[in-house]
Amino acid sequence: MQIDLRFFASVREALNVAEERVDTVPAGIATVGDVREWLCTRGPVWAETLGPQRPLRMALNHTMVPASTLLTEGCEVAFFPPVTGG
Amino acid sequence: MPIRVQTEDFDLSEEVRRLRANDLRVGAIATFVGTVRDLNDGKDVSRMTLEHYPGMTEKALESIVAQACERWRVFDALVIHRYGELGPGDQIVLVAVTSAHRGDAFAACEFIMDFLKTEAPFWKKEATPQGERWVDARETDTAARERWVVGEP
Repeated sequence: MQIDLRFFASVREALNVAEERVDTVPAGIATVGDVREWLCTRGPVWAETLGPQRPLRMALNHTMVPASTLLTEGCEVAFFPPVTGG
Repeated sequence: MPIRVQTEDFDLSEEVRRLRANDLRVGAIATFVGTVRDLNDGKDVSRMTLEHYPGMTEKALESIVAQACERWRVFDALVIHRYGELGPGDQIVLVAVTSAHRGDAFAACEFIMDFLKTEAPFWKKEATPQGERWVDARETDTAARERWVVGEP
């Protein structure tokens, strides 16, 4: 399965990545929360930025969703801190 | 129900004039304008940078306005939110709602702002004499949103 990743604000700055295409999601990764856990295995900076201790928000195809939300082919998954507009 | 996410400034009078144009049913117009303060959490703020998530931002704002229009008798609503670099005193956001009576207009306007603060993907970064820092989300904003979910309007 192919997915696109997006990172915003302090998450983008910490990872030094704004977006990335993953051509083949590793086997066993089915939900948005699974993606987050998988990304944490990439190294200390990823684990520190995306780890469960962080109050991150996640979006699937431009809608905020819980970690249990299932991925779909070609979906866009975004990670960002709680919003602060207005 | 126009939604605009833009770098340009806006003119409150002009936007309200356009919103109520030729609609003689309108008896109430509630507006909210948010501006950049020069002080936050005890630190001087010289500049603010607003980031957003193009595509999701518009979708989130449209959903929030649609929810407001379902809950209250609203004729029209407008949301303008700026992004990019702003300075103290600059306007950040405008919410305007027209209705027949003030109760619906006030409530819908406040609901839109409370949901915008917690669900629209915008982030603020402040420049202070001690350096740049991302603004943390506030518990009070979450509480402001929750009261609409728990209680009735």
